Amino acid sequence: MNSRVGYIAFNTFREAVRDRVLYNLIAFALLLSGAAILVGEISIDIERLVVVNLGLTAVSLFGVVIAIFIGIGLVSKEIEKRTLYTVLSRPVRRWEFVIGKFFGLTGTLVVNTLCMALGVFLALLYVAHKFEKMDVWVLAALYFIVLQFLIVCALALFFSSFSTPLMSAVFTFALFVIGSLAEDLRGFARITRGLGGALATGIAYLVPNFSALNVIGQVAHGDPVPGRLILYNTVYALLYSAMAISGAVLIFQRRNLK
Amino acid sequence: MKMSASGRVNLVALAVLFFSLAGAMATLYVMDRTRRRPVAEDELYISSPRVLRRMSLGYTGLLADIYWTRAVQYFGDQHHGGSGDFRLLAPLLEVTTQLDPKLLPAYEFGANFLAPKPPSGAGLPGAALSLMKYGIEHNPDQWRLYYNLGFLYYTEFKDYAKAAQAFRQGAALPVTNEFMPILAARMAQHAGEFDTARMLWVTTYQSTKEARIRQNAVEHLLALQVDEEVTQLEHVVERYRQQTGRLPESMSDLERAEFIHGTPADPKGNPYQLMPDGRIEVQNPKILYFITKGLPPGASPPQPPREKSGG
Repeated sequence: MNSRVGYIAFNTFREAVRDRVLYNLIAFALLLSGAAILVGEISIDIERLVVVNLGLTAVSLFGVVIAIFIGIGLVSKEIEKRTLYTVLSRPVRRWEFVIGKFFGLTGTLVVNTLCMALGVFLALLYVAHKFEKMDVWVLAALYFIVLQFLIVCALALFFSSFSTPLMSAVFTFALFVIGSLAEDLRGFARITRGLGGALATGIAYLVPNFSALNVIGQVAHGDPVPGRLILYNTVYALLYSAMAISGAVLIFQRRNLK
Repeated sequence: MKMSASGRVNLVALAVLFFSLAGAMATLYVMDRTRRRPVAEDELYISSPRVLRRMSLGYTGLLADIYWTRAVQYFGDQHHGGSGDFRLLAPLLEVTTQLDPKLLPAYEFGANFLAPKPPSGAGLPGAALSLMKYGIEHNPDQWRLYYNLGFLYYTEFKDYAKAAQAFRQGAALPVTNEFMPILAARMAQHAGEFDTARMLWVTTYQSTKEARIRQNAVEHLLALQVDEEVTQLEHVVERYRQQTGRLPESMSDLERAEFIHGTPADPKGNPYQLMPDGRIEVQNPKILYFITKGLPPGASPPQPPREKSGG
């Protein structure tokens, strides 16, 4: 990686840590340990199911909230604090700044997810007293959650490159919700005909497909995740993030920062 | 001409943007084509309308619309996939109507596709009946619901008294259909099976905008026509036998004896066939869905083919 991009990414990560972003891990730990103890008490043969469902859902939602709220401020905060001018007055190009910020934020989220994943597995061990073969699919679900963060970070950065923080949060969150219903949207497009059908199909393919990245329900029941889906989701998330980041670079290149 | 550094960045970013967009869409398309339908998709996570009502924070109308869309989509997908398993149709319609009890198309859909046996429907006449009763309870002024209730009693339960009562109640409403009083009378007399059935399907066709229900009604009407014509032709053959002491060898024998005029054909234009044992058969039973007469011995009524993709 370009060393300047690396420096910006590292500083973004350091700043996020300084901003106490990782404090969410405390809330997560409390939630998960509480749930693990509670399901252990009521024991109705769904302990594993509850821990996986609750744990992975919390990992996903905590991460998405962090991605949106940090992502939307990455550019605006730098402009507000006037630190952006200092950065850009050095031999740092605008595209390097955008890409560095993206990697910094995704790095923060990956570290955050790793800690939370550890929590999920500890809770699993607590309720089931041992790991099972099917627990390996929980890793696949966690990997998909990280891919989901890549897209959300890229979208937050894209919107923040031209919009206010509040509007960027609204746009990103709206796309997250729509993208989570992408399967239904494409199903709706399939049964709609004519111009409406073409429009629905276009929108259904343009919005991020978060529903394919959500296999929490599947892995909670111990169902395997096909290798092909892992490959497709990886390719898709990388391409979609690249698209949003390119859009952010294009806009940021032209943005008047005076 | 030499391009500036900023211009080069723009060009690369633009190229990456288009390549990624096309690539992401292509990947999604391939995923849709190759991915096995996830098991989780065919599950109703929250089947309690009461819980859903609370979770909707008062936006029950929108949630009902979403569930209604899911119900139609689910039925279409299962039908398209050739699956006779419609186990989620009843709960989906139940949730939909409990979230929005005035969503009339959902009741209509339920009456037409919950009761018939698979693969045409879910084979749950009891669930269809409960849905209609719930609908009438919340929409007592809608004649269509009484019509659907009577239709169910007539077609699925053969309960002519209850069917007559439902049609009578519907006929008494200020806004109703012209056939309702006639249907009520016919049910009471339990007369003219073909005419009654025809009237029911014509009313179904006229009272709905749902394409799938209309197509179903048209196919049933064509089947009724075939059933009636085959019955009539077999009567003619019997009369010929009584008169001449032998069975006719071909339709021409019947024509020469002036029992029929011209060669009778089914609604698709194919001539009816006279079999050596005096039965009448249709030439191509595969294109005449739901017919019960004119079939080779032992054959079951043909069902419509699976829908083509996109339908």
